[in-house]
Amino acid sequence: MATTLPTGGLSRRAATLKALTGAVRGDQIFRILLTTAALAIPALLLALLAVLVRGARPAIAQFGVGFAATKTWDPVAGQFGAFPMIVGTLLTSLVALLIAVPLSLGVAVYLTEFAPGFLRRPVAMTIELLAAIPSVVYGLWGVFVLIPLLQHAVFPFLRSLLGFLPLFRGVIYGPSVLAASIILAIMIMPFIMSVAREVLLAVPGSQREAAMALGATRWEAVRTAIVPYARSGLIGAIILGLGRALGETMAVTMLIGNRHDISASLFAPGYTMAAAIANEFNEAATPMHYAALTYVALLLFVITVLVNAAARFLIWRVSRGGVSGRNSA
Amino acid sequence: MITKLSTTVQVILTALLAVIVPVTISAQSLTGAGATFPNPIYTKWFDAYSKKTGVQINYQSIGSGGGIQQYTQGTVDFGASDGPMTADQLNAVQGDVIHFPTVMGADVMTWNLSSLGATKLKFDGPTIAAIYLGTITKWNDSHIAATNPGVKLPNTDIIVVHRSDGSGTSYIFTDYLSKVSPEWKQKVGFGTAVNWPVGLGGKGNEGVTQQVKQVDGTIGYVELIYAAANNLPYADVKNAAGNFVTPSLETTTNAAASAKFPPNTDFRVSITNAPGAQSYPIASFTWLLVRPNMKDAAKAKAMKNFLEWMISPEAQNMTAALLYAPLPHEVTALEAARIKTLKANGKPIM
Repeated sequence: MATTLPTGGLSRRAATLKALTGAVRGDQIFRILLTTAALAIPALLLALLAVLVRGARPAIAQFGVGFAATKTWDPVAGQFGAFPMIVGTLLTSLVALLIAVPLSLGVAVYLTEFAPGFLRRPVAMTIELLAAIPSVVYGLWGVFVLIPLLQHAVFPFLRSLLGFLPLFRGVIYGPSVLAASIILAIMIMPFIMSVAREVLLAVPGSQREAAMALGATRWEAVRTAIVPYARSGLIGAIILGLGRALGETMAVTMLIGNRHDISASLFAPGYTMAAAIANEFNEAATPMHYAALTYVALLLFVITVLVNAAARFLIWRVSRGGVSGRNSA
Repeated sequence: MITKLSTTVQVILTALLAVIVPVTISAQSLTGAGATFPNPIYTKWFDAYSKKTGVQINYQSIGSGGGIQQYTQGTVDFGASDGPMTADQLNAVQGDVIHFPTVMGADVMTWNLSSLGATKLKFDGPTIAAIYLGTITKWNDSHIAATNPGVKLPNTDIIVVHRSDGSGTSYIFTDYLSKVSPEWKQKVGFGTAVNWPVGLGGKGNEGVTQQVKQVDGTIGYVELIYAAANNLPYADVKNAAGNFVTPSLETTTNAAASAKFPPNTDFRVSITNAPGAQSYPIASFTWLLVRPNMKDAAKAKAMKNFLEWMISPEAQNMTAALLYAPLPHEVTALEAARIKTLKANGKPIM
């Protein structure tokens, strides 16, 4: 065939070849660009870690790992310990999950399995809109609406009902660990709900039909066929919410009462790591104060990474278990 | 594609240059950073001064701590702080700084006791310290009753509110408590952030105000400007001369006027608990941090001219509208003399 080609064809071929090599070079550049972009993210993470370790070094040298277990936070005397903040961070996130998970998973199941068709999209979209509200707006709403409501109605009711537990005793100020947990729960709900809904929608119809065909009620189908199938995705949704709760700053700062202390009561003020950094970094008086706050940031970083790693592990375990469970079923 | 890319790069570089160049080559500009408390008056001053002279002053209100840090690192032409630099901080810049007082502010005690209505309260320093130490816990405590004869104080818990963020407001307040209460000085001390023995923390003046407004039985401290603008009740406080003084711009200025400045003062003078019959005791200067010998002659000249204008009646008369207390003549006279000593590259500024 090549023999029949006129000379003009040859030059055309050369042009095509040239264009091709040009395309190949374009491909290479594109590839390099993408690789750089992809590598930039881990590099950024490492750089962040390096900066935190460097900034925190004076505090690490002086207080060591005991920093995480010490209660005193005295910028004047130069004594620093992050224990109350670590407890406050984990506690508010835990309580927020306890409130948000049943609610958001319930909503997600309702919207995918039970809700009439015309309701599904509008309700889902409304809940997702909640995710777009800036956290400082949540904080303001919390201060002006939620706190008075909690202080005058909800907390006194909880105290009279559950006052035998140390968790619900003591003076009611309004700003408290519980108030911060509730605002966190409201803030993470849209994330958990929206991901959980996507995950449940991705469950093949055959699962549902098979369960129904075996005589399962709708509830039984959800419990035995749909939720187990979606388990790893649902845990992922919860972890996403947890990650957000751990790092949330503004709204928590405005509602938690900002006290470096640990109390058995959820009505008492507390502190979180992110709130302490937001509050004190601007006006940190001494280099050691800066270093201590950077150390807190480092600990928050480590805790967040650990929680995420634990979550990955959990998802991996569960999805493996899920596969074998499906095989045996 | 490559030519396209390079065009894009060119465009970006040109845009960047357009942003960077005017700032770096213009000598008619100064940059500063620091205290948030005087930011409204600084913004007004810098704006008025730029309209008057064409000199641009860029000020970032990032907080006193940040201002001192940027000043120390030399990233700004001047710093600003609500608390004077400590001995350690002075060492870090080898003493290469002059504190110039700019305006004055005061902290007021505010409270929420629904049973009292509009009754005005009076406090003395040791009582405020004891409340914030947690040793006075009830509103009808005999110490509070002693300074408020005839007021029916309720038998309820005092809920203490303080600032959660580091702030000049807390610095003034704790500095005052350290002067009037040996126990406070020994147990807590003073600073922009301290280890509060009791109480709830509110972020900013607005955070403290909100907490006080929402909870019955609270006491808190906020800036005078803030209390006045928000119609909060505020207490008369007993001063060093033994008089109960209502906080105001005038009584704040009185505190500075009655303060004793040594002849060679570095202006790092605390005027809390100041002498003088009508001095309000919880008051303080806020300062600009300026290099006594700047390298850039044009900038040094701009800085000097601005400082001279700042202590002039024209600038000081702008303060009252924003509820800052103006400096008394005793202080501006001292500053005028000190401004004359500023140098550029070791030479007097023409």
